[in-house]
Amino acid sequence: MSPKVGVVTFPGSLDDRDALRAVRISGAEPIPLWHKDASLHGVDAVVLPGGFSYGDYLRAGAIARFSPVMTTIVEQARQGLPVLGICNGFQVLCEAHLLPGALARNSHLHFRNRDQRLRIEATNTSWTNGYSAGQEIVIPVKNGEGRYVADERTLDELEARGQIVARYLGSNPNGSLRDIAGISNEAGNVVGVMPHPEHAVEALTGPSTDGLVIFTSVLRKLVAA
Amino acid sequence: MPRVVVDVMLKPEIADPQGQAIANALPNLGFTGVSSVRQGKRFELEVESIDEAQLQKLADTLLANPVIETYSIRGQA
Repeated sequence: MSPKVGVVTFPGSLDDRDALRAVRISGAEPIPLWHKDASLHGVDAVVLPGGFSYGDYLRAGAIARFSPVMTTIVEQARQGLPVLGICNGFQVLCEAHLLPGALARNSHLHFRNRDQRLRIEATNTSWTNGYSAGQEIVIPVKNGEGRYVADERTLDELEARGQIVARYLGSNPNGSLRDIAGISNEAGNVVGVMPHPEHAVEALTGPSTDGLVIFTSVLRKLVAA
Repeated sequence: MPRVVVDVMLKPEIADPQGQAIANALPNLGFTGVSSVRQGKRFELEVESIDEAQLQKLADTLLANPVIETYSIRGQA
């Protein structure tokens, strides 16, 4: 039986269908999860997709954090459940304090939508173990509030502990501090990335298939467990 | 009904591009002598009954993100 990977739909999620599709293409069983349902229905990992949960009212991810499903996810993430937050999902993970720091308005105030070069820097996480250290990939980025911010001490700690999962190469699309595109928690089971791996899993629609490795990485982790 | 006002501002060390955009526009609009603008949010709450601790929690967990923002609470609950 293949591992089950859940994808949460919040009101305002946009990329939940693409995330479910990426899970299926990777070889896992995709399970749709609903924000009001506190049960994770036995999934082995969870993806919080991109979009504008609850319209991004107040702050991106601020209200989604209080949904019933998040209460369960926070609890289980602390016990090792692999959780990936993409874009808005990354914002939700920061608001829920599963990841340090926060995502703020892009420094140039414009929404940025383009293919983006990244360097994968941490390959010991549940979601990036299939990449080689220093590997360069190209996946789409699309955000208006993607500027990663944290205090200097937190940034230094992230660097020292190898929790910076990916950095922007070429020009930084949003003013993110230290060119941070993605980070993990200390245990490596929770990862947040601003760019969209789920949009780069098929040659027909993506700039590459580099994003698929995110989803095959967690599968490998689950099968090995 | 008592009103409580919660002001939320980005911490001084967090860059505020919205405030900067306003500051940059001022000279073009004929306003001189302003060297910096920071933009924040103000929440006005009409409260029936809420204790101080609950109010604090509301501001600290929902209205503001203390990782990047500070807040101040005014008025009587």
